[in-house]
Amino acid sequence: MIRLLEYQAKRLLREQGVPIPEGDLARTPEEAARIAERIDGPVVVKAQVPVGARGKAGGVLFADDPREAREAAERLLGSKIRGEVVKQVLVEERVDIEEEWYVSITLDRAERVPVLLVSREGGVDIEEVPDERIARTHVDPVLGLRGFEARRTALEAEIPRRHAPALERVALALYRVFNEYDAHLVEVNPLVLTRDGELVAVDAVVNLDEDAAYLRHPEFAEKTEDFPFVELDGNIGIIANGAGLTMATIDLVKDLGGEPANFLDVGGGADPTLIKRAILRVAELDVDVILINIFGGITRCDEVAKGVVSVLEDVDIPLVVRLVGTNEEEGQRILREHGIEAFTDLEEAVKKAVELAG
Amino acid sequence: MIDGDTRVLVQGITGRHGSFHTKLMLEYGTNVVAGVTPGKGGQEVHGVPVYDTVEEAVEETGAEASVVFVPAPAAPDAVMEAIEAGLDPIVVITEHIPAHDTMRFVELARWEGIRIIGPNTPGLIVPPERTKLGIMPHHVFTEGEVAVASRSGTLTYEIVQSMTEAGIGQSLCVGLGGDQIVGTTFIDFLEYVREDRRTEAVVLIGEIGGNAEELAAEYIVETDFPKPVVAYIAGRHAPPGKRMGHAGAIIERGAGTAESKIRALRRAGADVAEKPWEVPELLREYL
Repeated sequence: MIRLLEYQAKRLLREQGVPIPEGDLARTPEEAARIAERIDGPVVVKAQVPVGARGKAGGVLFADDPREAREAAERLLGSKIRGEVVKQVLVEERVDIEEEWYVSITLDRAERVPVLLVSREGGVDIEEVPDERIARTHVDPVLGLRGFEARRTALEAEIPRRHAPALERVALALYRVFNEYDAHLVEVNPLVLTRDGELVAVDAVVNLDEDAAYLRHPEFAEKTEDFPFVELDGNIGIIANGAGLTMATIDLVKDLGGEPANFLDVGGGADPTLIKRAILRVAELDVDVILINIFGGITRCDEVAKGVVSVLEDVDIPLVVRLVGTNEEEGQRILREHGIEAFTDLEEAVKKAVELAG
Repeated sequence: MIDGDTRVLVQGITGRHGSFHTKLMLEYGTNVVAGVTPGKGGQEVHGVPVYDTVEEAVEETGAEASVVFVPAPAAPDAVMEAIEAGLDPIVVITEHIPAHDTMRFVELARWEGIRIIGPNTPGLIVPPERTKLGIMPHHVFTEGEVAVASRSGTLTYEIVQSMTEAGIGQSLCVGLGGDQIVGTTFIDFLEYVREDRRTEAVVLIGEIGGNAEELAAEYIVETDFPKPVVAYIAGRHAPPGKRMGHAGAIIERGAGTAESKIRALRRAGADVAEKPWEVPELLREYL
C-alpha cells in the first residue's frame, strides 16, 4: 500500500472538483512565509509525512502572520514526526469551522466491494466514532457509486438536508479518485462546513494499491525490494517461500527460543538469482545464522539449491537449509555435492538454527 | 465442485508456469482438455491443444472449469473471458492483480453464479478424485476425510504433509489466496463442506490481516456447524503495520491480529494448533 502525502491527495481531490483550502507547498521557511503573506490571514503549517495522527505528534502548527509561519516551518522542516523526516510543509489558510464531518471510500475486504462511509462526527479518528454515528453504503464495483446512494447515505448520517447535494458531489468526486487511481482508501477528515455554508476538504488521505501503481500509475509507484522484506530485531536471518510459511517460520523460531532478524518471502517460482539476492540481503543484517525454509510448489527445489550454492563463496554466515517439495531429491543432491546436508523436518531445522544463534 | 471427469482449461498454458504445471496436473490425473494463449492457437503443450480464445476452446473440447496462469496485466481480462464462457470454477493462480480488478471480476462472477478461487492461490485439489486445478505439489496429499482451506500456499503443504505422514488424508484442499480481495472465503468453504459426504473434519489455516477467520468463527457458532474444526493461524509474532508478504497480511489499526483470530475460533469451539505439526494430533481426536 502506498500512502500519498496530504498535498498529493488534495491535488487529486481538487482535480475532481473538491474544494480545498487555499495554500501551497513550502520546502524552506522563506517559502512558507511568502505563502502566508499571499494568503494574508491566519494559516496552518502542516508537516508532509506519510503517517496518521500528525496533529497529536506535533506535526501541525498554527500561525497568525508570515513571521509565525516562518518559525513554524523552521521548527517542522528537518524534524521527525513518527519517525518520518519532514522535507516539506503545506501552508494553508485557516477555515472558519461550523461543523466537521467525515467521508471516505474504502475496500470492504469481507464484502469484497467498495464502501462509502459518512459521519457527522468528523475531525477525530473514525475508529473513535461510535458505529451508530457512521452511515455505510456498499457500492457495486461494476456500476460505481451512484448519486442517490451518496445522498441517501448523507441523510442517514443526519447531514442537514440542504447540504446533502453538496456532500453527494464530494462523495462522487472521492469515488472518481478511488476508481481512477485504484485506491484502497480515499478519506476526507474533516470535511468542514464553513460558516459561509461551503464544504472544504481540510485534511485528506489517499492510499494506493501497489500492484496497480506498478501497472497503471507509475508516477506513484515506489521503488520496492525484489521481495517482501521486513526488518525485525533478532539475530536469526529468515528466508522462506510464501508469506504464510515465512510468518510460521518466524513464529516457530520465537516459540523455540530464538529471535528472528527479518521477514523475507522469496514468493513463488524463485530462480537461483533471486535466492542469491535474498541471501545476500539477509547477510547485510547483523545475523549469526540464516534459516532457509523452502517448501516447493511452484518453486522448484533444484533452482533454490543452485541459488544457495552460488553464494557459498561470498557469505560466511552458517546456513541452515530445509528443502522439501517439487524436485526435492535433485535439490538435496545439489546441496550435498557442496557439503550442505539439508533438513526435511521443519522442527529439526528450526532447532538447529536457534542452537547456532546461541 | 469438481471431480476426476471435470474438463479443465488452462489459460496462459504456453507460459513457463502454465506449461510446467499443466504437465504436473496431467501426471496427477486432472482431465486437462485445452489451453488458451492469444496468438498461439494451433500449438500443443504436453499433448494439450492450444486455442486463441476461451470460446473456441469450449466449443472444441467442452471445457467446464479454468485455471488461470496469465500474468497480472492481462489476468483480469482472461478471468472475464472465462466468466463470459460460463466456466466454473475459475481458479486464479496469478499474483499481483490490482484489488480493484479482482473486485470487478468477483462481482461479475457473483452475478453469473460462478465460483472464483483466488487470486494468488495455489488452487484446489481433490485427492479422492486424483484431480487438481492448480500448483499444489500433489505428492504430499493423500485421499482421506479432512477438508482443508487456507490463505497461504506453502504453509498448507507443510501442514498437509504432516497430516499425510500421520496417516490422515484429505477429502479436499482449497487455497483461498493471499490477496485482500478473494473470490472464495472461509465461510464459502464451510458452507460447501458441511454437506460434503466425504468430509468428517475441517482444517482452517489463517493468517494475520482482515477478519475472515473471525467471520468464519461467527458462522460456525450461528449455523451450528456440524463437523469438528481445527485451525492454525500464522503471524503471532508479526509486528503491527507491516505487510507480511501477502497483500492481505497486515495488522491495521489494531485489527487483524493473530490473537483476535485465535480467540474467536477457540470461542467457537475450534481447536487451534500452536505449531503446524500439532494439527494432525488435534485431528486424531475426531477421526
